[in-house]
Amino acid sequence: MTVRVYDLAHARAGDKGNTSNISVICYETKHWEFLERELTTQRVAQAFRHLAKGPIKRYPLRNLKAFNFVIENALGGGVTVSLAQDIHGKSYSNVMLAIELPNLK
Amino acid sequence: METKQTVRIGAGAGTSDDRMVPALELAERGDIDYLVFECLAERTVSRENLARSKNSNLGYSPSLHARLRMVLPACMRNGIRIVSNMGAANPLGGARAARKEAADLGLGDVPVAVVLGDDVSSIVKHRPELRLIENGEPLESILPAMISANAYLGADVVCEALNTGAPIVLSGRVADPSLFLAPMMHEFGWAYDDLPKIAQGTAAGHLLECTASVTGGCFGWPGKKDVPDLARNGFPFADVKVDGSIVIGKTPGTGGRLDVMTCTEQLIYEIHDPTAYITPDCVLDITGVALTQEGADRVRVEHAKARPATDTYKVNVGYADGYIGEGEVSYGGIDAVARAKWAAEIVKERLKLQGFSYDDFRVDLIGMSSLHDQVDIRPEPYEVRLRMAGRTRERKAAHAIGFEVRAMHMHGPGGAGGACEPRVRDVLAVKSVLLPKNQVNAQVIVEGSL
Repeated sequence: MTVRVYDLAHARAGDKGNTSNISVICYETKHWEFLERELTTQRVAQAFRHLAKGPIKRYPLRNLKAFNFVIENALGGGVTVSLAQDIHGKSYSNVMLAIELPNLK
Repeated sequence: METKQTVRIGAGAGTSDDRMVPALELAERGDIDYLVFECLAERTVSRENLARSKNSNLGYSPSLHARLRMVLPACMRNGIRIVSNMGAANPLGGARAARKEAADLGLGDVPVAVVLGDDVSSIVKHRPELRLIENGEPLESILPAMISANAYLGADVVCEALNTGAPIVLSGRVADPSLFLAPMMHEFGWAYDDLPKIAQGTAAGHLLECTASVTGGCFGWPGKKDVPDLARNGFPFADVKVDGSIVIGKTPGTGGRLDVMTCTEQLIYEIHDPTAYITPDCVLDITGVALTQEGADRVRVEHAKARPATDTYKVNVGYADGYIGEGEVSYGGIDAVARAKWAAEIVKERLKLQGFSYDDFRVDLIGMSSLHDQVDIRPEPYEVRLRMAGRTRERKAAHAIGFEVRAMHMHGPGGAGGACEPRVRDVLAVKSVLLPKNQVNAQVIVEGSL
């Protein structure tokens, strides 16, 4: 059995230049530590490997039971020059939510 | 002036294309003191600069007319002051347009305080050695194609504009949260060295700057994150007290939801290092922020921290960077995806045969891979829309993409339908540099008599 980020958290993506930031916010405080352990930058990099070159940084926001992932070189050069349909990468939060993690213990 | 106990600052727009009616609802029944319209995306000022170069009266946000026409009567009636960056590339022109709207509405001679000085193109022109933040190259590399250069001004000069007493303040580029912080500084006399209050005000500004994002917009998910009456979602406001205490609320009787979940999403939105969100007013740290549901649609914001502002302004430099061309056509039914893929190969070959080349080129199958790529692992849908796009220096090459995609009707695989007209747009690219604050001359002038 695996669990998806979607099952434990909500997320929203924003853009600045060619960098995407995606928040991951736990519904319940008790899942923060699980995500801290399992939702590593390596896992996120794997999920975004076809969309972003990286690097990726993860900032913990324990007070907000959240994380902020900052993914560089993710938006086709940035909103002003990108050829993508979703130039802001607003839909990227859904790539994050679909990441599968090992079973919740 | 008597200091108010609580000042209520409403968010009237969070982008140039934001919805209009929720701002009117705030003005009519939100019991607000200020209505802030944030209407400038990264490249908007460049676009408006081009508009002004064609007609010197233009260059402010085109939506200024409609927005002011809608809210001005209620704002003047209720003593609500308006703060906005709708001046864009021509704040003076915007002020004249605003005064004309007021006069046409029978509201008389309404003075407008204008914030000037964000346009630093004549300064950076002589600083080719400035480094572009994005790639470390000298500014020189894009100077020949520069269309605009605008510093993100801070709350201090907007506060100065409010100090004139004018009912309307119009600026060009100002950092989004600063538009909201300025009325707090004006009302309560907060100075930049009062960091706990500047931090709270900046956090509140950041929560409000995308309007509906804290009231259930860009949030809902059926069955998982339900939003009641999203069709009639209202805009938010902040109740601010002199001690820096902040509660976010929204127009009574509107739809949507405002709670800790919606506020958390917006608080982290477009922030990178959460200990160092740099605005012209401070370096904000949100890691200690506590959000608490205080009542229905009311969230208290506490414990924002800040360090003093940096000594530079971020400057967005807009420049012309060629063209993007696009075309789309659809395939449905048996082997729809195979036909769409074949069409893409034919278009690419025809573009090559004509000698066109592209700095960047992209093929999307809408319905499979236009958002998240990986066409090879997606299930095949019943129908698919082929989209092809390329960026190039040559307008003709850009146009050829949509032209050749449309030609799939007659010259491609069987059963193509619904191609769009060829699309070409000018690329207004944006990069940024840092400019010492002491080289920028931010100032206020008043149009009309106070």
